Amino acid sequence: MDIVEILLKILFAILVVVVIMTIAAYSVLAERKVASWIQGRVGPNRTALPGLSAIPVLGRFLVRMGMWQPLADGVKFLFKEDPLPGHVKKWYYCLAPVVALVPSLSTVAVLPFGAYWVNGVEYPLVLANVDIGILFILAISSLTVYGIVMAGWAANSKYPYFGSIRSSAQMISYELAMGMSVIPVFMWANGPATGFGDLTLFGVVAAQKDLWLGIWMPLPAFVFLVSLFAETNRLPFDMPESETELVGGFHTEYGSFKFGLFFVGEYAAMAIGSAVFVVLFLGGWNFLPTFGFLPDWVANPWATWGWFGSVVSVLFFIGKTLTFIFLFIWVRWTLPRFRYDQVMNLGWKYLVPLAVASIIIYAIVIALWDTAVTVDHIKPETFGPAPQ
Amino acid sequence: MAKVLERKPLTFAEKTYLPQVLGGLKITFKNMLGKKVTMEYPEERPNIPDNYRGVPTLVHDPNGREKCVSCQLCEFVCPPKAIRITPGSIPEGDEHEHVEKAPQDFEINMLRCIYCGMCQEVCPEEAIFLQDVYSLVGTSREELVFHKKKLYELGGTRPDQHYKWDVKKAAEEEALAGNGHH
Repeated sequence: MDIVEILLKILFAILVVVVIMTIAAYSVLAERKVASWIQGRVGPNRTALPGLSAIPVLGRFLVRMGMWQPLADGVKFLFKEDPLPGHVKKWYYCLAPVVALVPSLSTVAVLPFGAYWVNGVEYPLVLANVDIGILFILAISSLTVYGIVMAGWAANSKYPYFGSIRSSAQMISYELAMGMSVIPVFMWANGPATGFGDLTLFGVVAAQKDLWLGIWMPLPAFVFLVSLFAETNRLPFDMPESETELVGGFHTEYGSFKFGLFFVGEYAAMAIGSAVFVVLFLGGWNFLPTFGFLPDWVANPWATWGWFGSVVSVLFFIGKTLTFIFLFIWVRWTLPRFRYDQVMNLGWKYLVPLAVASIIIYAIVIALWDTAVTVDHIKPETFGPAPQ
Repeated sequence: MAKVLERKPLTFAEKTYLPQVLGGLKITFKNMLGKKVTMEYPEERPNIPDNYRGVPTLVHDPNGREKCVSCQLCEFVCPPKAIRITPGSIPEGDEHEHVEKAPQDFEINMLRCIYCGMCQEVCPEEAIFLQDVYSLVGTSREELVFHKKKLYELGGTRPDQHYKWDVKKAAEEEALAGNGHH
């Protein structure tokens, strides 16, 4: 790898992180706006930028939509006084917000967010197309809980401690269901029909040309989605925060920029969780499923448009992701929080058995389908390189 | 007799929470597209009803006469003792000389006032009214003790139904002319 390639990778990485952070910042705005609308309010509509807000209609509209609010919020978080409470364990107290944010941003590395086509062959737009894609995401994203546990413990006071204990129990319970719910996806993606033999997320998207997995695997998709809500600590599972009972939960003792890191980390995790869901169950950047009889271009109508097609595929992917972020927000302002024992019940008694059942059911279905239909009609070129 | 409700066991659909969750999502979505109830305050102001009890004010009658005659009834009735009146007389030669008395100073301490409206109720001259001023700001205690000038500025002019003092003056003049009952 020469130096230019390394520099390009770094540039891409910075670009992706910037995009994710922007999405996270504007998710905060979306959260405030949607919350207001659902509650019959108007939401942030005052923040104005001197020059830009003077544009006749558009400037006024952007101000009404609160477009500059994230900027003001960010500046506030940066310049507020950052007190260090006397009773905290300082090293871990300062480390925790970083530990909470970094995993969310690291998972982006293996997440394909678009595609480009060379001579009709599809390649993923991804920072690192590693073979263990989904394992990497599941492994790294579960590290977020260390940030929360560390914050709760280092804060050295009872409410954060409760919050972090709850959080760790919840994360462990729902990770199990989450991990098992993706198994049917990879059983299908690695079947003889598609010919991939690894855990890359790109393979999953490529395997969804005919039918998005969310359509014929609603059960794993549902289990995954519910676990995602729990993993990202969103209502109705926001045990670690539960501001009505635990003051602020794990971040009670945090203020200003450190709190800002937790906050952004939470929304970044939400954005990336949505993106993973889109990749696994909603066909990633594919336009529409072909259902096996529609012409092939329906899946990616922009495959022949060159670089512009790639841009469109990325935008389409981001659009799908934003829809899911909206769902997260919408659910948050609809449902009350589950009680702690209900969370545990739901996780262990319903979601884990459901995930196991869906593994068994889809294993049988996929095996039958592959032996009855696919193997007879298999096209030799769809196989990967022949085994040695 | 108390009515005993039979509590049916939950159906399977109810146990999954899903129908309720979807119903809730539908409601919040409808609400999201619905009309907003927020009033954007400094630009929009609420409609103040006529009988609103805002800041107490002193008023003039349509002829420009200050109606208060400093009888001090409001001062005596005021539960938190927010009112202090320095009585004075109307100088001779004034247009309203026959009314005889007017306050030299009229103080209402707005930090004490409880907006009960008893001063308005007790006033025999209909001179003090709690009107539509609801927003009160001051940066010092002195600033929030309203004096006569400020109170008349806030009060303005209100219509008068009796013109009590004009009627009285006319009757007196008629009596002086010799054809009255007095």
